[in-house]
Amino acid sequence: MEILYLLIPLSLVLVFVIGAIFWWSLKSGQFEDLEGPGYRLLMDDDRTVVEEKECIVVDADQGKKMQGEP
Amino acid sequence: MQAQATYNYKVVRQFAVMTVIWGIVGMLVGVIIAAQLVWPQLNVVEYLSYGRLRPLHTNAVIFAFGGCALFATSYFAVQRTSHAPLFAPGLAAFTFWGWQLIIVLAAVSLPLGITSGKEYAELEWPIDILITLVWVSYAIVFFGTIIKRTVSHIYVANWFFGGFILTVAVLHLVNSAAVPVTLFKSYSAYAGVQDAMVQWWYGHNAVGFFLTAGFLGMMYYFVPKQADRPIYSYRLSVVHFWALIFTYMWAGPHHLHYTALPDWTQSLGMVFSLILLAPSWGGMINGIMTLSGAWHKLRDDPILKFMITSLSFYGMSTFEGPMMSIKTVNALSHYTDWTVGHVHSGALGWVAMISIGCIYYLLPRLFGKAQMHSVKAIEVHFWVATIGIVLYIASMWIAGVMQGLMWRATNPDGTLTYSFVESVKATYPFWTIRLLGGVLFLAGMLIMAWNMFKTIAGGQAVNAPVLQPAAAH
Repeated sequence: MEILYLLIPLSLVLVFVIGAIFWWSLKSGQFEDLEGPGYRLLMDDDRTVVEEKECIVVDADQGKKMQGEP
Repeated sequence: MQAQATYNYKVVRQFAVMTVIWGIVGMLVGVIIAAQLVWPQLNVVEYLSYGRLRPLHTNAVIFAFGGCALFATSYFAVQRTSHAPLFAPGLAAFTFWGWQLIIVLAAVSLPLGITSGKEYAELEWPIDILITLVWVSYAIVFFGTIIKRTVSHIYVANWFFGGFILTVAVLHLVNSAAVPVTLFKSYSAYAGVQDAMVQWWYGHNAVGFFLTAGFLGMMYYFVPKQADRPIYSYRLSVVHFWALIFTYMWAGPHHLHYTALPDWTQSLGMVFSLILLAPSWGGMINGIMTLSGAWHKLRDDPILKFMITSLSFYGMSTFEGPMMSIKTVNALSHYTDWTVGHVHSGALGWVAMISIGCIYYLLPRLFGKAQMHSVKAIEVHFWVATIGIVLYIASMWIAGVMQGLMWRATNPDGTLTYSFVESVKATYPFWTIRLLGGVLFLAGMLIMAWNMFKTIAGGQAVNAPVLQPAAAH
């Protein structure tokens, strides 16, 4: 099973890489708010209905904001 | 004149449309090989014989259908949640055309018998190099967009997509290492049981990361969006991600129970497979419970039906999988059609149904419509597909257990009760039912294609403007 000399070190390297990414995400505040992101996903209105060859974003608030600053 | 920056929907559109096309092609090949098992005389020429079409079927459904669905959904989700258009749009276009070229090369080379013989990694070395180039470009586009994001938080779906992209790169590079002999032939860098270990380390992690982590990314983005409710527990989704990432890597040896692989390695693979039940069910419950308190939405929203049913199949197959990895269970199930049934409960039930749901979500938004051309047709598609899957997996369960019992049956004097061909003969009725299930599932995809082309014909390609992130409330 010499292949384990490749696969086990590879797994260990990966675990350290994953650990480092986890450490970064912890330190950079990715987990500070564990409720809000779920709701913020829903605030992003992605409906697009084409009328008269123009893209109109249905959400009133966001739509006005955008049309105001071309 | 368009002053407003827009999201790059073009590449999402291309991948979304090709998801449906390749889905039909891949499933049609599946139906053909299922028919060849029922009527062996259908093996007319060597190019279209079972042995050559079977890898074409697996490659087409996993990498062409599943791959295009993953590209489409990840490119859509990463742009919308990062509030930034795709990084390096030229490279994104290259991932589309490169991926399509790989699929076409696979469709030509596999029937010609050009194969490295490694399951789910059959493509020969020149195509492997092209896959590497496309995959690196995909990683650059995806992580570049994450870096460009205008919000500080990286939404959990992107973590799943990112984990899937990175891991598949490592798996592909290690498993496809080979010594080329000619342009069309190479030999694996590993030999014997070492090669088998690498192959199933790759093979099972491909299931874990290509067919699970990537599609969980879809689940965490599209299920809340379609249900218009936040994910049941965002906290659990973060735990789900890290638990899955840290524990997945070593389940592969369960594909090599009772082989030349050392016994302890087999047991290790079994233990890791059993551990996987926890994160898998955590994620499944998290997805389904998103509808908690709003179950009525399931009654008249067929897209949500696809998504929630897919999660139910995910729960079923991730319970079945660890159970089948237990060595005593595996002694019965290994090499039987039970394995085929298990794979399709995951592939049709989970992977295909969540993809179909997400593509139905995407198409109207990509083509400036409020909804698909026919919502009724989605409902029909859902029921046709569900009945197809149930026929498929139930017949394979019965066939598999029957085969396992027939193979191990012995007479009082120690001789085998049944010859192998008797078990083949006994399986014919179940192969016929499986074929019917496959035909139904394919019929559902044809309904989807009709619905898609009608939606495209009645709409027009839209690139939505980049939205400012909503203010924190």
